[in-house]
Amino acid sequence: MPNNKKSCKQMEKLCTTLNNNAYYQKFDAYKNKVLALGNDSLEKTIAIAVALCLVCAVLVSFAAVALKPLQIDNKAADMKKNILDVAGLLEEGADINSAFAEKIEAKIVDLETGDYVENIDVAEFDQRKAAKDPAQSVAIPKDKDIAHIRVKAKYAKVFLVKEGDVTKSIILPMHGYGLWSTLYGFLSLDPDGQTVQSINFYDQAETPGLGGEVVNPNWRALWKGKKVYAETDQPSSEKGLITEADIGEPALSLIKGVVDKTKPGSQYQVDGLAGATLTSTGVTNLVRYWMSDEGFAPYLKKVRTVKQVKS
Amino acid sequence: MSAILNDETKKVLTAPLVNDNPITLQVLGICSALAVTSQMSTSLIMALALTLVTAFSSAAISAIRNHIPSSIRIIVQMTIIASLVIVVDQLLKAFAYDVSKQLSVFVGLIITNCIVMGRAEGYAMKNPPLESFMDGIGNGLGYSLILIIVAFFRETLGSGKLLGIEVFKLTKDGGWYDPNGLMLLPPSAFFIIGLIIWSVRQWKPAQAEKVEFKIMSIAHGEGGHH
Repeated sequence: MPNNKKSCKQMEKLCTTLNNNAYYQKFDAYKNKVLALGNDSLEKTIAIAVALCLVCAVLVSFAAVALKPLQIDNKAADMKKNILDVAGLLEEGADINSAFAEKIEAKIVDLETGDYVENIDVAEFDQRKAAKDPAQSVAIPKDKDIAHIRVKAKYAKVFLVKEGDVTKSIILPMHGYGLWSTLYGFLSLDPDGQTVQSINFYDQAETPGLGGEVVNPNWRALWKGKKVYAETDQPSSEKGLITEADIGEPALSLIKGVVDKTKPGSQYQVDGLAGATLTSTGVTNLVRYWMSDEGFAPYLKKVRTVKQVKS
Repeated sequence: MSAILNDETKKVLTAPLVNDNPITLQVLGICSALAVTSQMSTSLIMALALTLVTAFSSAAISAIRNHIPSSIRIIVQMTIIASLVIVVDQLLKAFAYDVSKQLSVFVGLIITNCIVMGRAEGYAMKNPPLESFMDGIGNGLGYSLILIIVAFFRETLGSGKLLGIEVFKLTKDGGWYDPNGLMLLPPSAFFIIGLIIWSVRQWKPAQAEKVEFKIMSIAHGEGGHH
């Protein structure tokens, strides 16, 4: 194998150069001197500590840097999977990246005005990072901060599921404090900006089995069809149509125990998590916060289609 | 096997499985055994991660054991173990993202797992690298064995599944099995590990600890309020 021989020769050459290098010779002599010292001498203790730290630091940084691209891909794919999941479009075995590109459109929304922002690169924008950057975030007044998050990004990244030109779902990011952790999730709404399709928490550290049940598919299924905003029973419009004037404040909440479906107002109620009152309160607060004027209410007012007849 | 491995290697490899099991006899590494065993898949990955870390850290520590200053020996061991754990954590995040999310903090906590430190201090500091490596593998396997047994009971009884595949059809899906919710919570692992330790000590009475003091019976004692 000529190639192998060549590299062997190169190695030899490299070794000879190294051995002849004055600094390396000094290093080698010092290494032998230290290794010959008694284990408990001060010099050896320090030399061993320094050498060990260097070797370990190189090992750790090499692993971290070399694997970074793969980890970033994994994180992005995981986020896409969560969005497809809350949109009800997640299929076993299907390719996540292509499904996401095909069905889902990401948009940046200015939370204050509710308008789309076009001059920001959607792929680059990271709402969690933006919330930490003073230039891209605003402090939330204390009396309005029911989700206990203190600051919010000025812009939010929302996702739309479209079929042709028709929007099928509006997917909004939300986060807020539970008992132990900040819960991050998505709420998927019908185009009316009022009816819940699904909810999904992708990052939380609540008590497993109690508050951690926010990820339980059975509990998440209870959210389907619930209404976010209080609607009046007597539509002001003559034809019995719901108009903007009939849509009030966010009313959706988690209650203690099981929702009685026969009672009025049950469309705004979801079963609380058994044994996790504080997490349940946290979820109520974060949903109400992000659906309020502080959150996505200005945006929803602009995009929702308010046309359904009151039955 | 015997042709390749000498008696010492064979001993360090097999003894930790039952006779000198790190969990049932030494009662080390209980924390992660409680935390990650609600599913078989996380248990397997955790077992693999711990086995690799124990083996390689023992080998590395053993290789430099004659030059470790005794005054900083625990720090030296910790540095090596911590570096390996970080590398394992990075590898999991790159190649098994879902599992790494479920294991979350517990991979990092391998650093403080008593088994790894125990083998480094108790074996690797005094024995050659190959034997230390095998000792690490052996203890890792002993830990893995218990984790797999606990996960087997917790996942089947707690969610009617094994490795995510349905074993018992649950009542909520129209089947007959009503899952035991306790099995999904960490305390259930205490019961299972307790039962395992009890059965092993019944089988091998030599493992039972001697009673350190006798509880005084009322008849022979000084008498209480009765």
